[in-house]
This record gives sequence, structure tokens and C-alpha cells, in this order.
Amino acid sequence: MNDGRILDIQGLKVHFATDDGMVRAVDGVDIGIDRGETVSVVGESGCGKTVTAMTILKLIAMPPGRIVAGRILWQGRDLVPMGPEQMRSIRAKEIGFVFQEPMTSLNPVYTVGSQIAEAIREHEGLSRRAALDHAAEMLRLVNIPNPSRRVHDYPHQFSGGMRQRVMIAMALSCSPKLLIADEPTTALDVTIQAQILDLLDEMKQRLGMAVLLITHAMGVVAETAQRVVVMYAGKVVEEAPVAALFARPRHPYTQGLIRSIPRLDMAATEHRRLEAIPGTVPSLLHPPAGCRFAARCRHAVEACRAEEPALRELGPGHKAACIRADEIA
Amino acid sequence: MTQYLVRRLIIAIPSLLGISVILFTVLALAPGDPFEELATNPAIPPDVRANLRASLGLDDPIHVRYLSWLLAMLRGEWGFSFVSRSPVADLILQRLPTTIAVIGAAQLLALAIALPVGIYAATRPYSIFDQIANTLAFVGFSLPTFFTGLLFILLFSIYLDWLPFVFRTQIDATGWRWWWEQLRQSIMPVLVLGLFQGAAWTRFVRSAVLDVIRLDHVTTARSKGISESAVTMRHVVRNAMIPVVTLVALQMPAVFGGAIVTEQIFRVPGIGSLLISAILANDTPVIMGVTFVFACLVVFFNLVADVLYGWLDPRISYR
Repeated sequence: MNDGRILDIQGLKVHFATDDGMVRAVDGVDIGIDRGETVSVVGESGCGKTVTAMTILKLIAMPPGRIVAGRILWQGRDLVPMGPEQMRSIRAKEIGFVFQEPMTSLNPVYTVGSQIAEAIREHEGLSRRAALDHAAEMLRLVNIPNPSRRVHDYPHQFSGGMRQRVMIAMALSCSPKLLIADEPTTALDVTIQAQILDLLDEMKQRLGMAVLLITHAMGVVAETAQRVVVMYAGKVVEEAPVAALFARPRHPYTQGLIRSIPRLDMAATEHRRLEAIPGTVPSLLHPPAGCRFAARCRHAVEACRAEEPALRELGPGHKAACIRADEIA
Repeated sequence: MTQYLVRRLIIAIPSLLGISVILFTVLALAPGDPFEELATNPAIPPDVRANLRASLGLDDPIHVRYLSWLLAMLRGEWGFSFVSRSPVADLILQRLPTTIAVIGAAQLLALAIALPVGIYAATRPYSIFDQIANTLAFVGFSLPTFFTGLLFILLFSIYLDWLPFVFRTQIDATGWRWWWEQLRQSIMPVLVLGLFQGAAWTRFVRSAVLDVIRLDHVTTARSKGISESAVTMRHVVRNAMIPVVTLVALQMPAVFGGAIVTEQIFRVPGIGSLLISAILANDTPVIMGVTFVFACLVVFFNLVADVLYGWLDPRISYR
């Protein structure tokens, strides 16, 4: 294993007990992030990417959720067996988290300054005044105009994009070594999306932290990540450096994802329909035997349904879980 | 803020006037006559009675009578009880402290039960504690106060003989003994009212907290690494209090109404029993006075609710 790994998730399985049975939301996931690296996890809704991210800081509801197996090594220490007190010292201080919905992720009854200051006071032991000054400093860092006045404003006085900036300021306030951003741009306008991605990149350059970016947009991946992990139905199906992934995707699911990106350079005269992946994600209550993507895969053969394909190395740093990877790409 | 309060108080004037018009009309339509006893007295001829009525303005049209009543009220002359001949204002002022003490203590008890139990139950939904609390709350607010009141009297006053079952105004004691007696006789009415109210509020607090606890911003708070109790108190309870304040403040008038029953059972000489006896005796000035005090309380607690709102929720501004 790589010693530079700041976070190493190994064989993680997170299951949720529901009335209908056990939902295997995350079913054996390995993700590693190096110091200062940006790793992007992509996949469609319900593939387990958000659960994976939330599990790192144990922010999923337990119960009904449960970490069934696996290790989450944070700088060599396993987070899975850690108690609530130890987890608190990791949250915000070492790993910051930016959520998907800026409109609902801030508490409406406190000023944004006090909400940012809360984490600072908790971890840095600053006084109320000093923490508030630091909060204003953080707002300035994320390019919010008039920060010393804005710290006294309430969330409803900010627009969606500004709130996401506040969330980023909050997540970065204790200078974490890793920032997890769970679909940070999904709820925003396209122009604001680009601004937020630029901001994340800028923060990363300045503060030198690693970033785990959860997204379902391939465009976002291409723009920001160095390495990509593609998830499907609770499993990693492909992992590769970003250039290699776009140049030669090996898993049929990844190929489908890339083909379904609308392209400006596609001649309008061709009148081709935008490609979509047929079918829907399988139920995680009773995942199908064999390859979970087989039912939607145009290359599926009998052998695909017989046995679950393992991730195997196909090139430098490029792994895919498809038995036909060599034939189809 | 001050401007807002002043404006709210000015808005309250038309509603109070409206209430008084309705009250006055209803009572004027009600059967009964303050000179009824004169009618049955053979020593007084009917024309004397008629003259008396005319001289007191009782034969005037209703709007004239209302206006003269209103002017007198504004001057602070609340009239005299037909029964006891004492001024209505004095009667109310005599009774009000007892009612406020008993009801206030009951409401404090109700909050002291509902807040911790509701919050604790909501943070551990469907746990044993939650289920027991829910069951007891259900039983608590399913039993009417007149029934629990009688049960309490039966148990604590008759079988166990621990507490007096009639509330006395005159206690022949001074100093701490007076306080002790006062406390002993207040226990049952306070318990009956407080437990009933507390049971209903427990369920309300629980559901309000449950609504907030699954919101996104609570997860955000948790991701900051603050302790679970800080998450609950600062980020859950504070937000959950907004609907609770509405309920509590708006229920206050209803509580005074409910207290009437309790006051009757325990013979608490409060404003509620004053109203009941006044209604039974057709004592119009007292009825008017007491109901008007109730109306003012309604308006007052509405105002309190609005002010607390703005304090709890910065999205509401006083404009």
C-alpha cells in the first residue's frame, strides 16, 4: 500500500436496516486518497457515494445504518472502531465536510459568523471574539464581499451560491487535511457551479489539503479531479487517473456515463440522440448475482451473471471490474 | 421593537371592542333581571320598580346602554355585583392572585415535565423511554381534569388523608406555617392541571424536536465536531422551540378556561369559580368583568407569542 495515503478506505460495507430488509448501500468499497490529491467519486443517484462519504465521519444515522465490514484508515488510524468523543476530534479539525444542499445545511436561527465560529471555538479554543474574527477572515478567503459585516447576517440573507461559500468557509475554518465535498454544486445554477468549483480548487492550492469530491456530473470530474472512482450499486466498478479514464474507459458503465455527456462539438446536422444508459439501478435490497451492471450492459454475456467480477489492474493505476474489459475498450 | 409593540397594542383595541360588543349583546339577550327580587317582594309596587329601572337606564335601547357601560369601564368603574354589592374590580383583584399562582405553578410544572421528557424521548425515538413516555402522555391527556381531580381527592385526601381537599382563603397561621398550608392545599390543583397540560405538551415537544432533528443543518452541526448535547441543545431544541412557543402562548387562554373546572373541584377561590357563581346567579356586571379580563389575557398572550417568535427566529422581523 501507498504510504502517502492520507485516507484509505478498505472493503467498506455499510448496510441499512429497513422494514423491507437490509439495504446494502455500500457493499465493499475501496478508495484511497493521497496527501494533497483530488479524488472524485462518480455514479448515479443511489449508488452509495454519499453514504460512503458520510460514513467516513460517521454522519449517517446509526441505527438504521451500520458499518458491517471494512476499515477507514485516516493517517494510519482506523476510524471504524472509534467512539463518539474521538470522532469529534476528527470532524472539522482534520476532515471538513461540505454538503449538497446549501439552502438547508445552515441553521436558520444563528448568524453565519457564529456558525463558522462554533467549529473554531470547539477545536482551536479561541474566545468568542477571536473566533468571530477568524470567521470573518474565512469569509474573506471564500470571496464574500464585506466579510466583517456579513458575519452578523443570517443564512436567509445569503443566496444559494453565497451559502455554499459559507459552508466551504465553515468546513475549512479549522484547516483540515481533507475536505469532503458531497455534490457541492448540484443544487446551484450552472454559472455558480463553475465559481464554486474554482473556489474549491483555489482553496486546495492555498491550503494544500486533499479533496474527496462526490458528484454525478462527469463534467465536474474532468475539470477538477486527478483520480476518479466510478461507483455503481454500492461497488467500485472502475478507478483511474482522470486522463486515462476519459481516454479509454474500461468498464461499460463508465463508457455509458461518458457517452451520455452532451457535447458541443457534436455536429448539429447529425441529428443523433444523446445516448443514455438503458434501465435503472438494481435494488440494493436484493442485488443481482454476478455483475450488478449486467442487466443494463450491452456487452453482457452469460459469464457476467455467473460470478461477481473483481477489480483488476488494467494499466498504471487503472482498475476496472469487468471480465470483458480487454475486449470492449 | 417598541414601535412594533405599540402598534400591536393599538391593533388590539378594535378586537377588544369587538369582544365587548358581543359579550354585552349576548348578556343583554340572556333572560334575567337585576330587579327580580323586587318583583317578588309584595311591599314594592310594580310602578316603583318600573321607575327604578328607568332611572338606572335599564330601559334604554341596547346601544345606549353599551355606550354608557363602555364609558364607565374606561373610567375604571366596573360596576357592582348584583349579589354581594361589592365592586367588580375588587372581586376580580381579590381572586386573580390565587388563580395566577395556581395556574402559573401548574404551567411551570407542565413545562418542567414536557420539555425534558419530550426532548429526551425525541433524541431516542422508539426506545423504551420513548415508549413509556408516550404511553403515559397518552393516558395523561386522555383523562379529563375533573376525573383525575376526583381521583386525587379520593386518594390523597380521603384514603391517605395527606392533603386538604378544600382550598381555604383564610388560613389561621402566619410566617412559614402559612406558606406550608398554602403549599399543601395547592398541590392537588397544580398537579391535576400541570400533569394534564404536561402530557399534551410532551407529545407536542417530542414531535417538534423530531421534525428538526432530521434536518440537514443538524448533520452540518454534527460535522463540526461539537458534542452531541451541544448539537441537541443549540441546533435542535432552539429551532424546535418556535412551534412550541406558539402552542404554549396560544393555549394560555384555554388553560384559564380549563382551570375553571379544576377550581370548582378543589374549591379554589379563583377567578374561574367567580365566573361560574356569577353566571349561576345572573350577576351580569361580574360576568362582563371576568370575561373581559379573559379577553385581555388572550390578546396579551398573543402578543407575548409574537415577541418570543421574533426572539427565537431571526427570519421574522418586526416591521
